[in-house]
Amino acid sequence: MKPSVLTGEHYMTGDEACAEGALAAGCKFFGGYPITPATEIAERMAARLPGVGGTFIQMEDEIAAIASILGASWAGVKSMTATSGPGFSLMMENIGLGIVTETPCVIANVQRGGPSTGLPTMGAQADMMQARWGSHGHYEIIALAPASVQEAFYQTITAFNLSEKYRVPVLIMADEIVGHMSEKVRIPEAKEIELISRLTPSGRKDRHKPYAAGPNGVAPMGAAGQGYHMHITGLTHDEKGYPAMSVDAHAEMMDRLMNKIRNNLDDIIITEEYLLDDADIAIVSYGVSARTSLAAVDEARRMGIKAGLLKLVTVWPFPEEKIRQLAEKVKGFVTVEINLGQIHLEVQRCAGGKAPAYLVGHPGGTIISPDRVIAMLQEAF
Amino acid sequence: MPDIQATVNTTEVIITGFGGQGIVLAGKILGEAAALGDKKESTLVQSYGPESRGGACSAQVVISDRTIHYPYIRQPDILACMSQSGYEKYIDQLKPEGILLIDQDLITPGKVKNPIYAIPATRMAEEIGRKMMANIIMVGFFTAITRQITLDAARDTVVKSVPKGTEEMNTKAFTKGYDYGLALLKGQEKKAAGKTGAIA
Repeated sequence: MKPSVLTGEHYMTGDEACAEGALAAGCKFFGGYPITPATEIAERMAARLPGVGGTFIQMEDEIAAIASILGASWAGVKSMTATSGPGFSLMMENIGLGIVTETPCVIANVQRGGPSTGLPTMGAQADMMQARWGSHGHYEIIALAPASVQEAFYQTITAFNLSEKYRVPVLIMADEIVGHMSEKVRIPEAKEIELISRLTPSGRKDRHKPYAAGPNGVAPMGAAGQGYHMHITGLTHDEKGYPAMSVDAHAEMMDRLMNKIRNNLDDIIITEEYLLDDADIAIVSYGVSARTSLAAVDEARRMGIKAGLLKLVTVWPFPEEKIRQLAEKVKGFVTVEINLGQIHLEVQRCAGGKAPAYLVGHPGGTIISPDRVIAMLQEAF
Repeated sequence: MPDIQATVNTTEVIITGFGGQGIVLAGKILGEAAALGDKKESTLVQSYGPESRGGACSAQVVISDRTIHYPYIRQPDILACMSQSGYEKYIDQLKPEGILLIDQDLITPGKVKNPIYAIPATRMAEEIGRKMMANIIMVGFFTAITRQITLDAARDTVVKSVPKGTEEMNTKAFTKGYDYGLALLKGQEKKAAGKTGAIA
């Protein structure tokens, strides 16, 4: 067996670091279909998984890819897939199946320019609302956005941990720029990495209720073949997992699916701040655009403009309370993202008219220059 | 997150050419040599099209003493060109005091005030029987001329980065480029010293 954790210093791409993060988190199954700019995640997993006792399958398409990782998760292993825009669209229906069946798994979307085939080799951050609302029905989801190669490593571990803890698919909303960028990555020793695995059931196997949740809203999860009675369906279901076609059963299930996330926002939402304490203007950004924003904050400060950055590590659930608090004290918000206004709308909503919210957006294909952020700061404030 | 960055020692490099020439690998060797060998920070971003070969291709490498926020390059300090179209695309972005490295058989430079360092990298690679090692020759040349990465870091990274079984051949290619660069610099120094001597 080869080591799952490649302790040491490496120079690798964000895609490769995402794969190494998955392996360090204990991922043992990858089902995928290649697509630029996410293919390198699959390539690395294909090369590495057999050596650590795992399984890699190239499926016939992205619909099958996500179906395979849901199945693998119910077989008891940590599983993931990786894709980009067009493949992410194909995965939408089964992301909903993952949510309603409460199946831990990780889906990386290395975003490229869209709509449709768009700009395969060029970056964007325009699938952010699709990540939130792309599957039908109402739900809560967790999405992270790495801004560097080092973050691609650690956030993938975080994604697995959150996924296992809350039994929900977790999305890594990377972008082509971070995915294809090479940087130094420090991989710690295995014992320094905190790992969380799903709670497993105990007691009589014939009386097992796969959806009987504990106080935090999450039920222990058995694996197929262990003998626990289980029924897993996309239909609205009761504690046994049996279809329950009633308004009350639906409300009960939906309450639990929503609240297991909503009641644990402090644990799930991760943000970072840079010079935000005394800032007049709060820049809100995530992924590679957070790097543009860091450069812009430095430049603004040199010019005497008191800007600071709120960097979203967790983009979904959205840090609503944080934006509300900031709206009480800043003169305004500037959201920097490679789309034409997605997270910007969330900032605007949560600012609630107490502070204006501006967008520095881009239709996709390249990083946003810090100059454009500076120009907005000068123009708007 | 880091403190405000004062002006720090940062070098921005663009390597450009066609897909298939190993432009991205050359960039990766520079970045990795700086980051892992010389213990600096570096970023490499690559740009290419959907074609697997023949399309325009570039690698942007930032090398710095400090954390690098913005990984794209607006005005390179060093431009290394292995195709005419790459040269034409980026030459106007080169800093006024920036230096230009070219494969002299592939690029006819226009009128530029920047110092130009030319090497017949592709021809030299053909002479050692591996045209595809022109990129490694360019890496050696870059190392000698710019001194942005140390010789040891560059050579070790070349060995680590090339396919198994080709290490010796690639080291030879690297050394050829490096020696050519050193000889070029020495020639220039002599010329400069000669001029100074004449004035004195």
